Amino acid sequence: MDRRKSIKTLLIGGVATTMLADACAPRDEKNQEQKTSTATTSETTGINRMKEEQDYMKKLLAEPNFFTPHEMATITVLADIIIPKDQVSGSASDAKVPEFIEFIVKDMPDHQTPMRGGLRWMDIESFKRFDKAFTDLTSEQQIQIVDDIAYPEIEYQENGKTVKRGKVKPGMQQGVAFFSLMRDLTATGFYTSEIGVKDVGYVGNAPNQWNGVPADVLKQYNMAYTEKELKECLSFDKV
Amino acid sequence: MGDNLQVKKQPKQYDAIIVGSGAGGGMAAWVLASAGLKICVLEAGPMFDPKKDSNQLKNPWESPRRGASTKYRPFGDFDGCYWGWEIDGEPYTHVGDTKWEWWRARMLGGRTNHWGRISLRFGPRDFKRKSIDGLGEDWPIGYEDIKPYYDKIDKLLGVFGTNEGLPNDPDGIFLPPPKPRLHELFVKKAGNSINLPVIPSRLSILTKPMQLPGGGDRNCIFCAQCGRSCKFYGDFSSSSVLVLPAVRTGNVDLVTNAMAREVLTNNEGLATGVSYINKDDMQEYQVSGRTVVLAASACESARLLLNSKSSRHPNGLANSSNVVGKYLHDSTGADMGGIIPELFDRKRYNEDGVGGMHVYTPWWLDNKKLDFPRGYHIEYGGGFGMPVYGFNWGVENLNGRFQVKAKQKQPGGYGASLKEDYRYFFGAHVGMAGRGEAVAREDSYCEIDPSVVDKYGIPVLRFNTSYSDYEIKQAKHMKETFAELLHAMGAVITWGGDDGPHNNYGLHNPGNIIHEAGTVRMGSDPKRSALNKYSQAHDCKNVFCVDGGPFVSQADKNITWTILALSMRTSEYIVDQMKKRAI
Repeated sequence: MDRRKSIKTLLIGGVATTMLADACAPRDEKNQEQKTSTATTSETTGINRMKEEQDYMKKLLAEPNFFTPHEMATITVLADIIIPKDQVSGSASDAKVPEFIEFIVKDMPDHQTPMRGGLRWMDIESFKRFDKAFTDLTSEQQIQIVDDIAYPEIEYQENGKTVKRGKVKPGMQQGVAFFSLMRDLTATGFYTSEIGVKDVGYVGNAPNQWNGVPADVLKQYNMAYTEKELKECLSFDKV
Repeated sequence: MGDNLQVKKQPKQYDAIIVGSGAGGGMAAWVLASAGLKICVLEAGPMFDPKKDSNQLKNPWESPRRGASTKYRPFGDFDGCYWGWEIDGEPYTHVGDTKWEWWRARMLGGRTNHWGRISLRFGPRDFKRKSIDGLGEDWPIGYEDIKPYYDKIDKLLGVFGTNEGLPNDPDGIFLPPPKPRLHELFVKKAGNSINLPVIPSRLSILTKPMQLPGGGDRNCIFCAQCGRSCKFYGDFSSSSVLVLPAVRTGNVDLVTNAMAREVLTNNEGLATGVSYINKDDMQEYQVSGRTVVLAASACESARLLLNSKSSRHPNGLANSSNVVGKYLHDSTGADMGGIIPELFDRKRYNEDGVGGMHVYTPWWLDNKKLDFPRGYHIEYGGGFGMPVYGFNWGVENLNGRFQVKAKQKQPGGYGASLKEDYRYFFGAHVGMAGRGEAVAREDSYCEIDPSVVDKYGIPVLRFNTSYSDYEIKQAKHMKETFAELLHAMGAVITWGGDDGPHNNYGLHNPGNIIHEAGTVRMGSDPKRSALNKYSQAHDCKNVFCVDGGPFVSQADKNITWTILALSMRTSEYIVDQMKKRAI
C-alpha cells in the first residue's frame, strides 16, 4: 500500500464506498478451490465470513510463526521505540503490535521479505558499530542507530516549487526504508488496537443521534448552519 | 462431482424465475410475489441476512488484519460484500491490454449489501442525450414514464434529500437529510465562493424510522457503517428490504448457491426455464417458469443470454440485433484529497453520521460550453473515520511538512513526539470523487471468450472496453475543479494532485466504479436494441432484464435508484401481461 492509497483508507467511514474502490488492491493468495460456500460467523474472531474466507483463515492460523524468536524480540524493541508508553497511553507491545505484525506478514506476504531483510540489516549494522545484535545493545546504542534511519527524505510541491525535507546519511537508505515500513506497521497496528483507538480519540462506532457539529466547535471555526439547513435537516431534541 | 451426472428437473411450474437477488432482482421478487405470483429466485451466492450476518459495530481490533482487504473482501474485512474483483474458479478475460475491472458479488442481495446508498433520480435530459448532443442513443422512454415509479420507491424504500427544484436533478419524496459534518461545512463554504453548488446528499438511509415492505421495523443508528450492511435495516439493501420480505409472502422459493448456466427455450423460441448448477452438491438442475427475469448484473445477464443459444436463437437469446454485450459502460471516476491545516488538533466528538456523505455536488455546468459532452457529480469524504489497516501510514509526509503545535519537525521520527503527531493530524483529511457519465459505444463491449470456461464449464466473458477523449477531458475538468475547491477551503493537496496527461488525469479504469450498464439495452427498434421499453426481449416475449443491462445511457448519477424504478415498472407490466394472458 503506498502513501496515497493509505490516505484514502483514512476516509473509511466518512465516505461512500465507491470512492474507496482502489483503496486497497486485492492481493494474490494461493488459490483455494471450494465445493461449498455457506456463510457463517467464524468461531475464531466473531467476524462474519463466507466459507472460502473461513478456510483461508484456518490455513493462516495453522501456519507456523513466520518470525523467529530473535526477530520477534527485535520487532518488539523497535515497536516500543516507535510507540512507547507515554502520559496518554501504553506502548506498542502493550497493544500487542508485535503479534499483529506476525499475523499481517502471513496475510500479506509482500511484507515478508522487506521485514526479514530489514531486521537482518539492523543486526548487521549493530554488529558493525557495536559488535552485538540490536537487541543486545544498550538503549543509547539502539537510539544511535535509530536516529540514523528514522527520518526519511520527502518531497512535495509548494507554490509551484519542489520542496525537499529530511536528509539521510549515505549508506543508510535501506535502513530508512525498513524503519519507515516498521513505523507504518507499528502505527497502524497500535491505532487499530483498543488502546490506540482510545489514544487517538476516535469516539464513534456506537449507536448515536447525529445532531450536527457541536455548537462550541461551530463557533471555534466561525461556522454556522443556515436557516435552510436548520429547517430542512434532521434534528434531535437536545437532552 | 458425482460420477453419474444427472440433470434434476424440478416439477414445479413457476410464474417467474428471477436470476439474481440484487436491486433489480429483489424489486422484481417483491412486486411479483406481493401480486400473488409464484416465484423462484436463483442466487449464485450464499444466504445473507444483515440482521444476523453484518459486521456492523465491530471494532478494528476484532479483525486480526484490522479491517484490511483480502481478495475475498476488496473493501476490507468488515465490508458487507462477498467477493469482488476476482472469484476463485470464475475467471474473465480481456482483449489485448484493455482494462475492464469487473466487480461480482456472490450473496443474497448482491452488492446492495455494501453500496454507497447514493440514490439519484435520472433527470429529463438524461433520457434524451442523443437529441441534445448527437451522441449515443435516446431512451425509448422519458422522465414522465419513470417518475411515478421513482415516487413509489422513494416511499417504499426510503431516501433522504431536499427538493431543490433543479432542472435535471428531480425533486423526490425525501426524508430529512442529516446536517453537514465539519469538513462538509468547509466544502460548502468553499463551494459557495467558487460558484460550485453543494447541497444535501440523497442517500437511501432512514433518518426517520420506517417499516419494511410487508411489515417490520427499520431505523438508522448513525454509525456510518452502511458499507457493512445494517443489522437494523436502516439503509436500503435488497436482501433486507426486498428479498426477505418477498420470501415472507410465502410465494417465493429462494435457491442460494445456484449459478445459472442457460435460459432454456422451446421450439417456438419461448423461454421455458433456467438451468443452473448447485454449488453445494455440484449437480445440474432445471427450473421451469412462464417468464424469466434476468437480474444477474449487466454483464452476467449478457453472458447468460449469449450462452443461451438454440436453433431459434443461434446468436444467443434476445440477440438477433447483435447488441447484447455491446454499449458496456461504467461511471467515470477521478479523485483527489487533501488536508485542512485549520482542522489540525480538532476537538473529538462522534461525527460518524450516516454511511457516506451528507452533502454532494450535482452537475452544475452546461456541456455546450465545455469540450466534453457529459457531466459528473462530486462525492465528498473526510473527518474522523474509524481507524483501520492503513491508518497513519506515511506520517513523514505530514509531520515533515506541517508544523505540529507550532514546531517544525523532521519527517518521520519515533517516540512520544510521534504519538503527538498522530493525534494532531487525526480528522483533518478531506477527499472528493467525481463520478461522471461516459458515452456508451458499440465498440466498448463484452463477449463470450471462445476458449475459456469457468469451473462450472460455463463460457466466460471477454472484455474489450476503452475510454475516448470525452471521458479523459471530463476527468481533466474534475481534477481542475477539485484543485480549485481544495484551494478555496484552505486545504493542501496530499493525493491525486500528480495526475495529468500521462495517466489520463487519474481516470479510473472502466468497471472500477462498479456501475456496469448498457449490455442489454432497450429501444424502439428491434434491429438496434435487445429489449423494448418495458425491458421485455424483442425476440422472446417472456424474457425480461431488470439490472443495469437495459440502460441506454448512464447519466451523471449512480444507477441503482433507476434500476429499482425500472424493475418495478417492468414487474408491474409482467403482472398486467400475465393477467391479460399475453405472456
